[in-house]
Amino acid sequence: MKPILEIQNVGKKYLIKHEEQQPYLSLRDSVTGIFKSKSSKEEFWALKDVNFTVNPGESLGIIGKNGAGKSTLLKILSRITPPTTGKIISRGRIASLLEVGTGFHPELSGRENIFMNGSILGMRKAEILKNFDAIVDFSGVEKFLDTPLKHYSSGMQLRLAFAVAAFLENEILIIDEVLAVGDAEFQKKCMGKMGEVASSGRTVLFVSHNMAAVKSLCENGLLLENGEVKLEGKINEVLDLYNSDNIESNTYYDTSNFGDRKRGLKQIYIKSVNIHKNLYSPNDKFQIDIQLNKNEVLFNNKEIHLAVFIFDILQNNVYQLSTMFSSQKISFDERSLYSFSLNQLNLTKGHYTIGVWLQGNNLEQDYLDQSVSFEIGEGTIYELQNPLIVSLLQKEFNFSQS
Amino acid sequence: MIEYEIKPQNKFSFGFKELARYYELLYYFTWRDVKVKYKQTVLGLLWAVLQPIFMTLVFTFFLGAAISQQTKLEIPYSLFAFSGLLIWTLFSAGLSNASNSMVNNANIIKKIYFPRLIIPISAILATFIDFAVTLVLFVILLLAYQVEVQWINFLLMPLAILFATLASLGLGMFLAAVNVKYRDVRYILPFFIQGLLFLSPVMFPISITKNVWALKVLQFNPVAGSLEFVRAVFGSYIIDWQTVFYSSITTVILFLFGLFYFRKTEAYFADLA
Repeated sequence: MKPILEIQNVGKKYLIKHEEQQPYLSLRDSVTGIFKSKSSKEEFWALKDVNFTVNPGESLGIIGKNGAGKSTLLKILSRITPPTTGKIISRGRIASLLEVGTGFHPELSGRENIFMNGSILGMRKAEILKNFDAIVDFSGVEKFLDTPLKHYSSGMQLRLAFAVAAFLENEILIIDEVLAVGDAEFQKKCMGKMGEVASSGRTVLFVSHNMAAVKSLCENGLLLENGEVKLEGKINEVLDLYNSDNIESNTYYDTSNFGDRKRGLKQIYIKSVNIHKNLYSPNDKFQIDIQLNKNEVLFNNKEIHLAVFIFDILQNNVYQLSTMFSSQKISFDERSLYSFSLNQLNLTKGHYTIGVWLQGNNLEQDYLDQSVSFEIGEGTIYELQNPLIVSLLQKEFNFSQS
Repeated sequence: MIEYEIKPQNKFSFGFKELARYYELLYYFTWRDVKVKYKQTVLGLLWAVLQPIFMTLVFTFFLGAAISQQTKLEIPYSLFAFSGLLIWTLFSAGLSNASNSMVNNANIIKKIYFPRLIIPISAILATFIDFAVTLVLFVILLLAYQVEVQWINFLLMPLAILFATLASLGLGMFLAAVNVKYRDVRYILPFFIQGLLFLSPVMFPISITKNVWALKVLQFNPVAGSLEFVRAVFGSYIIDWQTVFYSSITTVILFLFGLFYFRKTEAYFADLA
C-alpha cells in the first residue's frame, strides 16, 4: 500500500529583518532601504530536511516545544505557504483545521455561517446540506440558528465552529490545537468525535500541547525540535523522549547564597535540598532530603521544626508536610540528613515546585522559596478521567532523622 | 484517486482550472459580501443609488450648463452624467473592494488554502447588486426625461459590464497583491480613484478637449469603452469605435498584468499578510 502522505526533504526558510520592528513594510521603507545595507537580514530555517510518511488510516501526533516548527509544517501541508525545499506527495484531499471558525462572520446568522465556514473548509454545498442537522445537533445551538453570530457567547461560537469541522469528509485531516474549546463537557464530546474520526479509517495529523489528548488519539508520534525531526515512532516512545527532554527543573539546590532569602532570622539555615529526580509518575514514591547549617555559633536551642510545601503551577499549595504535626522531637544537627517521604505522590500531570520552611527558637529561621521543582509525567491513574482532580489528600508520611 | 504534489513554486499558470473547481466557494464569498454590506444600515440598498444621484446633482448644478454648451451635448446633462457614473461606480467600487480584499481576509488566507483569486473576484462580483439597482434607476430616468432611446443598444450593456469589470479586476488584483506587502495602497487608493475620475470621460464627453494628447489619455482610459457602450442607448449617440478599441487595449493589458502579478506573488501572501 502506498503511503497517503510522503514528506520528502521539506524545508522552509524565512528571512528575518533585524533593525526595524515593523509589522509590515511600507513603500517608504522599501525606497529608503535601497540605500541602506541589507546585512540586517538573517536566514532562519523554520523547518529543515523533514522526512516522514503517513499511511492511510494512520493517526500521527506531532509534538514539540513552541517554535519547533509544528505550525510551519502544518501550514505547508495545508498549502497555505509553499516549502522552500523538498516536496510533499499527497494521495487524498487534505482538510486543515488550523483554527476553528475560520471565515465566521459576526453579522451572519448561525445557519449562514455553517454554510460559509463549511464551504471555506472545502465542503460541497451538498455535503453541508446532508450533514446540516447533525452539525446543528452536535453544536447545540439550534435555538439561535437564525440569530446573528455576534450575539452568540464565545462558547457557543466555538461549539458551532467545531461542529462544522467535525463533519468534514476529507481523507486527510490536519488538526491544530482545536481541542481547547468550550467547557469540560463539550471538550469531552470533541475528544469523542476526534477519536471516532481517527478510528473511522481516515488519516489524522494532530498537533497539540495536550499530551494526554495526543496519546489517546494517536498511535504514532513525530517529535520536532528546532525544525528537524528528532524521533518518529510509536506515540509512547515519542512522548517519553519529549517529556524527559522537556523538563527544566532542579532536583538539587545548594544554598550558598542563603543571605539573599528575605524570610527568617538565619541563625540556622537550609543548606541543601535534594529530591533525586525530576520526572515522576502520579503513583511514584517521593523523597526529599534536607541538610541544615548553622550561622551563629551561639545557636544552641536544639528543638527545631521543618516543613515542606508542594505548589502546583498556579501556586496552589497542594501538600504541606510538617514536623509540627508529628509527635517526633527533632533536633538541630548540621551533620544530619532530614528526609520526608511519601509512598505515593498522587498528583496529576504537571509542573510542581517545592518550598522548605525551617523554624528554631520558636521563630522562623529560613524559607527556601520554590527553588526545587519536578514534573509529573504521564501516568496511569488519573489520565483523562477527570482533569479537575489535582491531588488526593495524603494522610500519612514518614519522617526520619539519621 | 487524487494525487498531487506540494512543492516550491516554479511553473506559472493562471490557475483557471482550479478556480473552476471552487465555484461554490466563489459563490459563498460573494454572497457573504453582499449580505454583510448593508447590515445595520437604515437605508440599505438605497445607498447604492444615493451616491451617483448626489454626484449627478452637484455636477449638473455647477458644471452642467457649461459642459453642455461647450460640447454641444444633445441630451440633458444630468442624464449624461448619470450614465457615466453608472459605469464609473461599477469600476471604482470594484477596484476599491478588490484592492482591500486580500488584507481584509488575511485571517482566512493564513488558515485555509483555496485559490486566492476567489477573494478579489468575489469582492468585485459583490458590487454587481449595487450596479443592478443603479441600472434600474437609469432606465427610470430615461423614461422620466422622455428622451429618445435606442432600446436595442441595451444589448451592449453586458459588454460594458465585462469591460469595466475586467479593468477593475486587473488593477484590483495588482493592488490587492501589492497591498499585502505595502499597506500604503490603502491610503493611496481613494486619492488615486478620485484622480482617475477626472481623467475619464465620465462627467464630460471626450469631445471636451481639442488637445491631441489629452484626447489620447481619455481614449486609452480603461472605462472609456464601457462608457461608449452605455451611452449608445441615447437616441442620437454614435459609438466612437476608435475609443472602444484603444480603451480595450488598456483593459486587456491591465487584466493580464494584474492576473500575472497576483498569481506570481500569491504563494507568499500567508507569510506577509
